Amino acid sequence: MGTLNSLWLLTRKSVTGALFGITVSDRYLTVSPVRGNSMHPTFASSSTTFPGYLKGDLVLIERFCLHDFKFSHGDVVIFQSPSNHKQIYVKRLIALPGEWIRVSSDMLKIPDGHSWVEGDNSSSSLDSRYFGPIPLGLIRGRVTHVIWPPQRVGKVERKMKPGRIYQD
Amino acid sequence: MAAGRFSSLFRRAATVPWSSIAGEAFDRVVLVAKTVCFVHVINNYVCSIALVRGPSMLPTINITGDIVAVERISPRWSLIAVGDIVLLRSPENPMKIVTKRVLGLEGDTVTFLVDPAKGFSSKTVLVPKGHVWVQGDNIYESRDSRQFGPVPYGLIQGRAFCRVWPPESFGSIG
Repeated sequence: MGTLNSLWLLTRKSVTGALFGITVSDRYLTVSPVRGNSMHPTFASSSTTFPGYLKGDLVLIERFCLHDFKFSHGDVVIFQSPSNHKQIYVKRLIALPGEWIRVSSDMLKIPDGHSWVEGDNSSSSLDSRYFGPIPLGLIRGRVTHVIWPPQRVGKVERKMKPGRIYQD
Repeated sequence: MAAGRFSSLFRRAATVPWSSIAGEAFDRVVLVAKTVCFVHVINNYVCSIALVRGPSMLPTINITGDIVAVERISPRWSLIAVGDIVLLRSPENPMKIVTKRVLGLEGDTVTFLVDPAKGFSSKTVLVPKGHVWVQGDNIYESRDSRQFGPVPYGLIQGRAFCRVWPPESFGSIG
């Protein structure tokens, strides 16, 4: 009877802990590994197999920005891919709604509620140059810090190349 | 005189059982936090309710507003099918949640009237990968995929499956 009781207590504790963890990671802060090299040199990539998994960057993601969907130029954000909702991409926000952006030689106006995202490593990045502006509603959080490995720990800075966007 | 009053105040304060009050307060806070977490998880992963109003879904949903039950499971597992009523984040304003009916999944071709008030000119489009075509039931007064094109699947928040209020029209919708 005693073991059954303690087992029940343990289950209850772990369920409560899981609920708490899910809530915090959904609403406030979460941690996620970065794969692929589209954001080089801001993040180092990791491979998907186990030992390589530990070599890549772990980043801290805040979700407070989702309460009002207010972003700044140069923020690094994570979003669901427009062509596959199960895939999460990390890219840099280049242009916000209502602004004009120069793409190769054309000028393009970002529609309402959309944004233009690009990877830092433009030679190997699948981004808005390929799938166009993405709805802001797909954004799932803003990357604030690199927290692993120790030698790369630090804040993720906002970076903007001047002369690419124009406001009306 | 004043010093005496203060010292009596201190003596009385010392008799208050601070530690048990703090313990009880902590217990209450933990209980509230647990409840909030539980509600969040149920709301976001299983089922929630939403107030839907506006003319775009007439006659399925009343203009004055119905409360509907929304399940969150099928968008997560890609179980959304043609004909489902879904709640999605508007691609034009991320703060707004709109209710529409899915009329086409990725790879489907959809034919729609460009402007039903003016004539019968129609258009046919192919829904691209990872997108859905959504339209309001009231084609005369709805802002939907006919204006802003197919929307990414990731914007879908849930599927409305049951009307909860008003009670006389309780029942499944779809």
